[in-house]
Amino acid sequence: MMLPLRLRKVLVLSPPLIWVVLFMFVPYTILFVFSFWEQQYPTFAPAFQMGNYLTLISDPQYVRTLARTMKIAALVSLFSLLLAYPYAYFLVHKVRSPGARLTLYMAVVAPLWVSYLLRAYTWKTILGTEGALNSFLIWTGILTEPSPIFLYNQTSMVVTLTYVFIPFMVMPIYAALEKIPRNLLEASADLGMGRTATFVKVTLPLSMTGVVAGFTMTFCLAFGDFIAAYLVGGPDGMMISNVIATQFGASLNWPLGSALALVMLVIVLAIISASDRFERLGRGKFA
Amino acid sequence: MTDIIRLDGLSKQFGFVTGVDHVSLSVRKGEFLTVLGPSGCGKTTLLRMIGGFDEPTAGRIWLDGDDVTDLPPNHRAINMLFQDYALFPHMTVGKNVGYGLRVTGVPKREVETRVREVLDLVGLADKIGAAPHQLSGGQRQRVALARAIVRRPKVLLLDEPLSALDANLREAMQVELRHLHQKVGLTFIMVTHDQTEALTMSDRVIVMRRGRIVQDGAPQSLYDMPSSPYIADFIGTTNLFASRIENGRIACHGQLLSIDPSLILPGADTFGFRPEKARLHRGVASGASGANHLRGKVADVMYRGSIARIIVDLGTGQVFVDLQISDAATGLPQKGDPVTVEIAPHKIMSFVAEDSA
Repeated sequence: MMLPLRLRKVLVLSPPLIWVVLFMFVPYTILFVFSFWEQQYPTFAPAFQMGNYLTLISDPQYVRTLARTMKIAALVSLFSLLLAYPYAYFLVHKVRSPGARLTLYMAVVAPLWVSYLLRAYTWKTILGTEGALNSFLIWTGILTEPSPIFLYNQTSMVVTLTYVFIPFMVMPIYAALEKIPRNLLEASADLGMGRTATFVKVTLPLSMTGVVAGFTMTFCLAFGDFIAAYLVGGPDGMMISNVIATQFGASLNWPLGSALALVMLVIVLAIISASDRFERLGRGKFA
Repeated sequence: MTDIIRLDGLSKQFGFVTGVDHVSLSVRKGEFLTVLGPSGCGKTTLLRMIGGFDEPTAGRIWLDGDDVTDLPPNHRAINMLFQDYALFPHMTVGKNVGYGLRVTGVPKREVETRVREVLDLVGLADKIGAAPHQLSGGQRQRVALARAIVRRPKVLLLDEPLSALDANLREAMQVELRHLHQKVGLTFIMVTHDQTEALTMSDRVIVMRRGRIVQDGAPQSLYDMPSSPYIADFIGTTNLFASRIENGRIACHGQLLSIDPSLILPGADTFGFRPEKARLHRGVASGASGANHLRGKVADVMYRGSIARIIVDLGTGQVFVDLQISDAATGLPQKGDPVTVEIAPHKIMSFVAEDSA
């Protein structure tokens, strides 16, 4: 028996709606409300005051952590871009065989199917004192004893997060490059441009949407990461998410944690909307 | 030296497949040459080799006396009108057209003047600031054309330029391209699979088949004197039939026809006539001997507006005859009507059948 159209619509739309309200809207609202509450150790009381936000601004450790997190996220995006763009370009323009292209593409994307924890942990074993890097350097004679300098700092954070999130840079750039019609490059050559000029004037501008999408994804993912900091970060590699986790855990200061989480959310939303605006700007140009 | 392009034994091999097979060709300055052929005959590959986009496996390409075989496209004074226009989507019409000028070191001010001039020429001066996606198909094509001729190339290559347009626009663009050719005096080399386009637009047509040139001539000579049954059927329609010659007469599906003896090629074994060169009579004409008559019945009528193509069943085969609608004062013949086809002896073409492989 056919149900009335209205009922069918409700049935189809309810699960996602309930899901969004229950698991997105409600938690954000709770977070928002909590961020104005007051901490009264060991618990906290309902209130409406700006104290938590004032703490964030006045206490330099929060501002510093936030700045460090943004710096690490920006470096991760930058290095991902510098590695991913040439790789994607090579795949699209230099690898002729579709089979080889797919294999090389999957080589980058496939690790996404492996647990994040495992991939991040890998770098602990590579960079650690007993790790592959130290063993190699000792074997070559460059070092005489294992060095601890490779692990537990910002560099190891950037290296690990770049490795973990680079597929999110490769995928959109590859898609954008592949979408550029080949005859545009031929037309450019036909009109007198060499390879470099063609790249700068045609390929690069037409692949910018992919670059921006990749930058947004890697930045936001790295910005919100807190597991890598536990594994390879050390005190200098602490991220803002680690601070938030502490507020909800050991520090038992949910109101401050909520305020921090909201600040983070606003930053991420600002970045996403900026990138979305850029993409809209470029989209009209493809007919 | 009036040859602007000379191809010397040009070949292109794709693995084991031969795309273009030892093509030699000269193109005169200012000529509108069309390379005609079915898809896969190598015509586009030939054009791409002239443009520098595909490397020949053998042979040389000469442009205005210089060997350009090993030069990349950006070092050849040749421009191409791409099949789907290849306009840069992130640039305005003006920037698209001016794209090729800045690299040659033309001063900024002159770039502007020349862009305006050439947009004027194609009638799109008011679209200089528009983005390509805001234009119609025909306008995009004209922008692409402007972009291709603004550098004043020695040769303009046109790769199936009209195939992406709808029928009405295509006809208008045929005229426009031809006018433009006369106005700018450039050498045009066009590739198409559309025989009407080839006949209408060009000074000279080259027919390609399986990577080779099979006929080279003016449009009219190609139509009136096709060199093979293949071309006779590829360009226009021809009623073809195999026959031996006996007493100066041939058999068309079992019925005898006289043929002008001066038209019989030595060794001819295939004959044909164009549907519009035959006349159709109602009923069974009283067979005066010597009259070139084929008797049959109407098998079908294909109405085409200005003409009707009548398919006549001769018992053992069929022939097409075109009837001018203005001649058919008494209305079109009906299916099953007995008719007589008259074909003058000097309107029959003779061929030596080529290998059909």
